[in-house]
Amino acid sequence: MAERKVIPKASINEGTGSDLDRKGFLSWLSIGWLAFVGATGGFFTVLIRFLFPNVLFEPPQSFKIGYPDDFTIGKVDTRFKKKHAVWVVRDEEGIYALSTVCTHLGCTPNWLEVEQKYKCPCHGSGFRKSGIHFEGPAPRPLERHAIYLAADGQIIVDKTKSFKWEKGEWEMSDSFLKI
Amino acid sequence: MSYIKSFIDFLSAPTISFTLLTVAFPFIFPPSDYFEKKNRQWGVYKLWTNAGGFWVFVLITLFFIVGYFDPHFNLTMTKPDNIPIILMIYSMYFLTWLGMKKAYANDERLDRGEKPEEWNDPDDKVLVWPDLVYIELIALILFMVALIVWSILIPAPLEEPANPAATPNPSKAPWYFLGLQEMLVYFDPWLAGIVFPMFIIFGMMAIPYMDVNKKGEGYYSFKERRVGYFIFMYGWLVLWVFLIIIGTFFRGPNWNFFGPFEWWDPHKVVPLTNVNLSEYVWVKLLNKGLPVNIIARESVGFVAVIGYLFIMPILLAKTKLKHLYDHYGPVRYATLMLFGLTMFALPIKMYLRWMFNLKYIVAIPEWFFNI
Ligand code: FES
Repeated sequence: MAERKVIPKASINEGTGSDLDRKGFLSWLSIGWLAFVGATGGFFTVLIRFLFPNVLFEPPQSFKIGYPDDFTIGKVDTRFKKKHAVWVVRDEEGIYALSTVCTHLGCTPNWLEVEQKYKCPCHGSGFRKSGIHFEGPAPRPLERHAIYLAADGQIIVDKTKSFKWEKGEWEMSDSFLKI
Repeated sequence: MSYIKSFIDFLSAPTISFTLLTVAFPFIFPPSDYFEKKNRQWGVYKLWTNAGGFWVFVLITLFFIVGYFDPHFNLTMTKPDNIPIILMIYSMYFLTWLGMKKAYANDERLDRGEKPEEWNDPDDKVLVWPDLVYIELIALILFMVALIVWSILIPAPLEEPANPAATPNPSKAPWYFLGLQEMLVYFDPWLAGIVFPMFIIFGMMAIPYMDVNKKGEGYYSFKERRVGYFIFMYGWLVLWVFLIIIGTFFRGPNWNFFGPFEWWDPHKVVPLTNVNLSEYVWVKLLNKGLPVNIIARESVGFVAVIGYLFIMPILLAKTKLKHLYDHYGPVRYATLMLFGLTMFALPIKMYLRWMFNLKYIVAIPEWFFNI
């Protein structure tokens, strides 16, 4: 008998391994992609969730600030700056609430009693007591917030509404509390 | 001493120091034959010799020594935040000096018909590994050591927790952003905070495509690309580094300007009333009220801006810069002009603000569009 040469198979696992056909490949590919999308999606969801605080100590957007007589004529009241970010100003005609956000880039200006102006420490914008801008780069006056009287005679400032001078909104009724 | 100090205070007011620098600049980095001649005649080039470098170094150091013993400047100078700026002044000067010294040495060699100093025999090469990488490794380690020692010796200042209702006065950006903060004094945030920084980055990326001069490639040389040197150095040293220095040392409470030896008086009153161009034209010049129509109101400003940015380059291409235009072709010329003119818009706007209290050329707060 002629000796038969044993020819080794080309691959060790031939026949036993799962040969990927076209369909199998496609389904693996989609599973892989789904897993990838799921993982990245989950990652970004968690990441974005992280940007929102669990607890917010945010003061209410509309609040009572006291009775009209609590405010002196010609004075800028800075008591509400820290908590509510408004200045309450009373002049001869009435009371208005100015937002403390600089209209240039959003810093918080300071009220300078001596110079009678709000002055921004970031790029030097200056605003008059009324909120009108007159120096530095701020392109428009400070915004005013809605202000009106509650049934009990107290003043309510509502920060959800703001009035822009350049749109002529300071004429509107709630931008100003006539006394 | 106090006379000298108040003289320095006087000189450092931005109107004066900026003007002095701008006027002196073409003599220091002469972009044309005329300035070159003056530069030689007055010996300005000696700045880049060993002796010149030494004396400027002594001068800067003297300033800081005097400043250290001055009760007011001491406060600004020794603030941990500001130490990088002091280092920056020295390193900026040193590197400019070194580059210019080498460039001048090469210029002389080229004049004699020799090859520049950095010219290498193409066959004589060094290897990245290990030659270069070793140097980098050593530099890295030294740098780390320096940073660690620095952070131990001068702890970073920790401030109170952030509070949106209390902005520190003056409120300063990190030192590398103080140039931007200075620009913000003169421009609307979308311009100074977004458009200009993007222009700076894209402009720098575009430099190799605009300046295709093969000379001076791979070696220092001033003479072979003096206009490029001049423009770049002006933008870099005056419009960026100098603005950082102003922002660090010369800006005090309420972002008012203070000389180095002046007391930071929080109640310093600088009378300023800024006026928009439209108001100048319609109210002060024509004695009419502002037109109600926004476009009509700002038409003068639009004409000025479009004229400056678009019409002027076209006219220049036909007249004074015809040579450049022919050489560069329309695309490259237009790019160069756009970036170059935007860069020079900064000093122009600064001067308009200082001299005429001009706030915005185009002012449309209704649309958040101000230039
Ligand atoms: S943020 Fe107030 S002046 Fe820039």
